[in-house]
Amino acid sequence: MSTLLKIRDIRLEGRSDEQWNPIINGVDLTLQKGEVLGLIGESGAGKSTLGLAAMGFTRDGVRISSGSVEFDGIDLVNASAAVKRGLLGKRIAYVAQSAAASFNPAHRIIEQHYEGPTQHGVMSKADSIADGVELYGKLRLPNPDEIGFRYPHQVSGGQLQRAMTAMAMACRPDLIIFDEPTTALDVTTQIEVLASIREIVEEYDTAAIYITHDLAVVAQMADQIKVLLKGDEVETADTRTMLAAPTQEYTKSLWAVRSFERPTKPAVNTGAVPVVSVRNVDAAYGTVPVLHDVSFDIHEGRTVAVVGESGSGKSTTARCITGLLPPKAGEIAFDGNVLPADYRKRDKSQLRQAQMIYQMADTALNPRMSIGNIISRPVQFYTGLTGKALRARVDSLLDQIELEPTQYYNRLPSELSGGQKQRIGIARALAAEPKFIICDEVTSALDQLVAEGILRLLAKLQDELKLSYMFITHDLATVRAIADEVVVMKDGRVVEQGEKKAMFTPPHHAYTDLLLSSVPEMDPDWLTNLLQERGVDNIGDAAVDKM
Amino acid sequence: MGNVATIIMQRLLLGLLTLLVVSIVIFLAVNALPGDFAELILGQGATPEAVATIRRDLGLDEPLIVRYFGWLGGILRGDLGVSFAQLNFRTNLGGAGDVGVIDQIAPRLSNTLFLASVTAMIAVPVAVTLGVMAALFRNSVFDRVANITTLSSISSPEFFMAYVLILFLAVLNPLLPSLSNIYEGMPFSERVEKSLLPALTLTLVVTAHMMRMTRAAIINLLASPYIEMARLKGMSPMRVIVKHALPNALAPIINVIALNLAYLITGVVVVEVVFVYPGIGQLFVDSVKIRDIPVVQACCLIFAAAYILLNLTADILSILSNPRLRHPK
Repeated sequence: MSTLLKIRDIRLEGRSDEQWNPIINGVDLTLQKGEVLGLIGESGAGKSTLGLAAMGFTRDGVRISSGSVEFDGIDLVNASAAVKRGLLGKRIAYVAQSAAASFNPAHRIIEQHYEGPTQHGVMSKADSIADGVELYGKLRLPNPDEIGFRYPHQVSGGQLQRAMTAMAMACRPDLIIFDEPTTALDVTTQIEVLASIREIVEEYDTAAIYITHDLAVVAQMADQIKVLLKGDEVETADTRTMLAAPTQEYTKSLWAVRSFERPTKPAVNTGAVPVVSVRNVDAAYGTVPVLHDVSFDIHEGRTVAVVGESGSGKSTTARCITGLLPPKAGEIAFDGNVLPADYRKRDKSQLRQAQMIYQMADTALNPRMSIGNIISRPVQFYTGLTGKALRARVDSLLDQIELEPTQYYNRLPSELSGGQKQRIGIARALAAEPKFIICDEVTSALDQLVAEGILRLLAKLQDELKLSYMFITHDLATVRAIADEVVVMKDGRVVEQGEKKAMFTPPHHAYTDLLLSSVPEMDPDWLTNLLQERGVDNIGDAAVDKM
Repeated sequence: MGNVATIIMQRLLLGLLTLLVVSIVIFLAVNALPGDFAELILGQGATPEAVATIRRDLGLDEPLIVRYFGWLGGILRGDLGVSFAQLNFRTNLGGAGDVGVIDQIAPRLSNTLFLASVTAMIAVPVAVTLGVMAALFRNSVFDRVANITTLSSISSPEFFMAYVLILFLAVLNPLLPSLSNIYEGMPFSERVEKSLLPALTLTLVVTAHMMRMTRAAIINLLASPYIEMARLKGMSPMRVIVKHALPNALAPIINVIALNLAYLITGVVVVEVVFVYPGIGQLFVDSVKIRDIPVVQACCLIFAAAYILLNLTADILSILSNPRLRHPK
């Protein structure tokens, strides 16, 4: 094997607050032809910056301060823009995290596919289109002859991600940078994309850098793994060695995250009145029906996880419970009393009972209000406290979410980290002194270690305050960690529900089984075995009409 | 496409409704003007009886609401009324010798539209090209010079720009005529030549707005993932901007263009006066001076319709520039 990419002691800096701050502090990276390197780390570790630097590219406000990037003997740090343009797309290609955002909405998919080959003079337009159709077939896209002639918005996320992989392949590059290509996808879709990527990379003997924060995913894809932490390399090793025997403490802690699990709670007394009862709810957006006959109960002090792929109706159910979307049929009861369907018809004491915590703490907090103000408002609204009593209550809420009141009261949301912002979201929900909180994907935007902290906090608060949670998630690891009961939803219907233990032990409903078996495991042979089990040809069916 | 057709129909109906509301506002505003035609034409020595007679002849003594519906009914029949200033009183009111408002406005309006078209032909391509170039070479010397030049030209009074152009292009270098007294039956090329100086003046006035919006709309998109993708595919900066950014930046650009075109139809009185160009703006100002209500109302209505129509066109073009609406799932 010969060396394709050689990065030596690369240092990158980003500009913020009028000065240059280090992002990557001297990392080495060597990639042989046809080899796949997994680059892993939390957000802010500098994975994407390093991946782009491997293409000789830096985003605005980022610069390479020292070090070398050598691609097949070409010095990419000092190469002219024209030389780099000649390589990009032709010999080094990029697959972005969100295909939906990275395809130009104004042009058809195939137009963007043949742009590279025709502009680089690799192929004629007609040849490139024919080749694109062939690649779509190899990536098992439905209707390969026709799908490229659609606009990006007419194609689902998982399909777009594969079309983007095809686009990266268009000039048959020597190296592809995959930047979190499956992070935005559901588990069932993720498998198809992973399998497609692995197959095509093997077939054309393309080298790849696979960037992700998901260890189990990288275990399936990479020959060797490099772990990054805050711009420094932690360790690099062959995939199997790394999984079996990580040497560094940080790597071990990454592995350990998945071990958090709450002890099983005693079963609910029969005859106990549930805190929340969703009864035969149908709902629709306009004339499009979204929920069909959804029913489940949530008892005091318990966590019900609602799982399913995007579009399965999880968040819509939450909107029905809070009264934001009055159901077409069925009812919502709190402590056995039926609530008005529309939140505008609920009184304060009914409103305060159900609070929400959102997925994106960034957008759920008013960026112009201080933390103190954000929490004070619901306290004042629901409890009528003012002056010193109000301040004391806000301080005690901040204590509950483990943030020092004197330090955080006057800060703005922008001065907080993602995990801290999510804690403020929790405090705001607690301000109403509710019995029930809806957590809508509250950890999915967070890194694993931070997410675990949030889960532990929620568990602690539940024990202290006897809270009930409805926990909306598509991440089954989170379900394992925190849930008492599970409700599985698909296409607006509840397909299975029950105690967590029962849900995770076979036999399952076929769909639950598909969801469970699609969660990547740390075993590097997991994907291979699973594909064999399902039969490679059936993988398309596993998509379960994800059009 | 059914989707788009529905949206367009909705917008058209909404436009008509807006025009109706605007007609009420115009009518009330014009009638709120102090003094009236009868007082002005009879001068200071007018007897109350004479004023009353003329008012009765013109129908000005009727209640407001009757006059409004009379006017509205006329518009629907395509009759904008008769200009007060051109009337022969009493004997042959509304007779064969009278000049209708339409006859009076039509040639002026067509002149104005001609000037607006010539200006648009120059200004829109120049502004969009300058905007694209400014986005491409953002923060360069070119970008700054283009910005400062267009901004100073929009900030100077129109008559000043007009005289500067006359000085340089008509007096010092006699390239173009400084008077734009065009008339009916003039050959097309001569019309264009005569309109060129006012058109250039107006170009200087409207370019800045359109250019800056083009630049801003494109730069706004440069942080998008799909722009980064195009750059990572090794596409040239020019191609990234023209092929990848511009098609997605069309909606705001189209809207600003429409706004400026509407301005060209309704707001060019000063330039018309400087160049003695027989456009609708001058007619409008003259009619206000002598309280020639039918002409004033008709002009207002045409201005309003121009605004509504151009904004409507901009809306529809913006919708059509969005592939999500052109090609539903």
